[in-house]
Amino acid sequence: MSAEDRVQLAHGGGGRMMAEFIERHIRARFGEGPLRDLPDASRLAWTGPEVVFTTDSYVVQPRRFPGGDIGSLAVHGTVNDLAVSGARARWLSLSLILEEGLPLAEVDEVLSSVAVAARACGVGIATGDTKVVGRGQCDGLFINTAGIGEPIAGYALSCETIRPGDRVLVSGTIGDHGLAVLAARERISVAGGGPVSDSAPVIGLVETVADLAGAVRWMRDPTRGGLAAVLNECVTGRPWGIEIVEQRIPLAPATGALAELLGVDVLHVACEGRVVAVCAAEVAEEIVRRWRARADGRQAADIGVVVERPAGAVVLATRVGGRRLVDLPRGELLPRIC
Amino acid sequence: MRYSDGFRQPAAAEALVRMLHERMAVARSRRGAIAVMEVCGTHTMAVGRHGLRRRLPEGLRLISGPGCPVCVTDAGYIQTAIELAESGLGIATFGDLLQVPTAGGDSLAACRARGGRVQVCYSPLDALRAAAAEPGREWVLLAIGFETTIAPVLATLQRAHDAGLGGLSALVAFKRVLPAMEAVLADGRTAIDGFLCPPHVSTVIGAAAYRTIAERHGRPCVVAGFEPLDILAALVALVELVAEGRAEVRNEYARVVKEEGNPRAQRLIEEWLEPCAARWRGLGELPNSGYRLREDRARYDAERRYGVTVRTGRDAPGCRCGDVIAGRMDPPQCPLFRRMCTPDSPVGPCMVSSEGSCAAWFKYERAEAAAPG
Ligand code: SF4
Repeated sequence: MSAEDRVQLAHGGGGRMMAEFIERHIRARFGEGPLRDLPDASRLAWTGPEVVFTTDSYVVQPRRFPGGDIGSLAVHGTVNDLAVSGARARWLSLSLILEEGLPLAEVDEVLSSVAVAARACGVGIATGDTKVVGRGQCDGLFINTAGIGEPIAGYALSCETIRPGDRVLVSGTIGDHGLAVLAARERISVAGGGPVSDSAPVIGLVETVADLAGAVRWMRDPTRGGLAAVLNECVTGRPWGIEIVEQRIPLAPATGALAELLGVDVLHVACEGRVVAVCAAEVAEEIVRRWRARADGRQAADIGVVVERPAGAVVLATRVGGRRLVDLPRGELLPRIC
Repeated sequence: MRYSDGFRQPAAAEALVRMLHERMAVARSRRGAIAVMEVCGTHTMAVGRHGLRRRLPEGLRLISGPGCPVCVTDAGYIQTAIELAESGLGIATFGDLLQVPTAGGDSLAACRARGGRVQVCYSPLDALRAAAAEPGREWVLLAIGFETTIAPVLATLQRAHDAGLGGLSALVAFKRVLPAMEAVLADGRTAIDGFLCPPHVSTVIGAAAYRTIAERHGRPCVVAGFEPLDILAALVALVELVAEGRAEVRNEYARVVKEEGNPRAQRLIEEWLEPCAARWRGLGELPNSGYRLREDRARYDAERRYGVTVRTGRDAPGCRCGDVIAGRMDPPQCPLFRRMCTPDSPVGPCMVSSEGSCAAWFKYERAEAAAPG
């Protein structure tokens, strides 16, 4: 491979090479909308008084893993943060940090993946930036996306509204993303196929129950720290707790087997295409029914309940009839999974 | 169905719990309460993770034993590892050791942050890879643990040896399980009626190895897997043996553990190591309780190679890990537990290690979780 086929410092230098890079790699894919004339900032039409705004950076290693890559992840992650906040993503920003020497073909693959995922999510790329750093100063390619979205009518999500008796739902199997990335990074081969990341937009799951939004108290996508982290975040400092039931938590066989093998508690492992919701008991069955009717929610389940005691804690009723605390994960259990 | 699901069947668990309660009722009428020591830290974790303690009958108590490698390793070991890193050597270590604090509050993690070359390994082979990737640097593999980890570490050294890779050595603080069990009994401060024996160590040393404990010390030993049903079945057997006064060895994990153990691993140990006295946190120096590299393998021994000696370290002030390890105290009885000492800011190794008793109690068995919901 010659130097021309790789990222060079000049690609971020503001000169001719940068202009060519933007033209060939960025505008060719994203030049349809506000990026057509490559403005310094984009002016966007907006309806309604509120925007919902979020940002996230993506440093997953390896960049490609079963079920996705850093490009699709950078779209799904940000779109999903908006979705579980009760908003439909409209526009994303896309910032790339590239390491000198990275094959341009790989940059192309990632950008194509961004484009495909963005189209599938119905969001446009409104603005962006590219920086190149010297060899060894970043590990290949990092992405930052920020997203703005419109609130979906009816969602007023807040932990404050949760009451004992409310149900805890999850839209599918847990832990698939984190373990798929780990298996790819550590080159762990698993007989019969390893875990596959669940990286996907969850906006469909959120919209399909929008007419019940008033009875949905709170939603999260259980990314870093997994189900355990989001549930703990929900209960901390509250006068109630959550009890979940081990047998009801959906788990893909390959993911469960690998977690077992590695001694990792799957409750601590990230998902990238799931919703965890707390809702009023009356609507729980209906939400699970509608989720299950969809391809992205086929394994949705009601996994537990909000309880009066123990307050401020998450407890797991185990398969063998025991009970134990579900604690926050600690330390660098699985670094660089998103 | 996952492999492990077969060992977690709710109905089977209910049946075993019922049996355990029945046997314990008989045992209590005959001889009173029973205390069982689970030797291995992974058993402690499994008990917590599956919420088993809540299902035990009255009068049956599980005591955590000296089977967590990080916990029993003397405080001076970490100090020596830090010194080696600071002299410019690469240190390859399992993640568990990273956060273990020295009495002065230093750690390998802090050393790494200061620029020390400390690499976390998932397998000892990663040390080989690290050494191959940075040929200009000599590497020291931190080699602690019981018979289970000894074999893969030696296999790694063997590969370095065969490949003529001269830059890798090991800072060895290997331990043997049996002398520790005997020391806990000799200490006498905790009454122990029987032992729940670790599966992985037993695959190496063999179930027959526990006969010394049974015959010489009159305590039944049952080898059990880490699945909750394995543990329950082993407890049923233990309660029955204790009640009947039968000091026998039972292997409830025969699907993996053989009577004679793993001869290949045993041979590797003999080739590379010789028994020596070792210092244990909580139990002190015990004769023949550890291994060191044999004279003809001295070049792989970081202590001899770099002229350092692991000195006896001081434990952090107030830390009761020694008492916890020897089974003299449950973690919540340590005055620092939860107040000063948490997994985020651990005072002692028992709160750091993924097999440590204090970490297990903190993680799974804090008071609010034990209360009925
Ligand atoms: S709670 Fe902390 S200070 Fe106390 S014994 Fe355990 S590790 Fe040591």
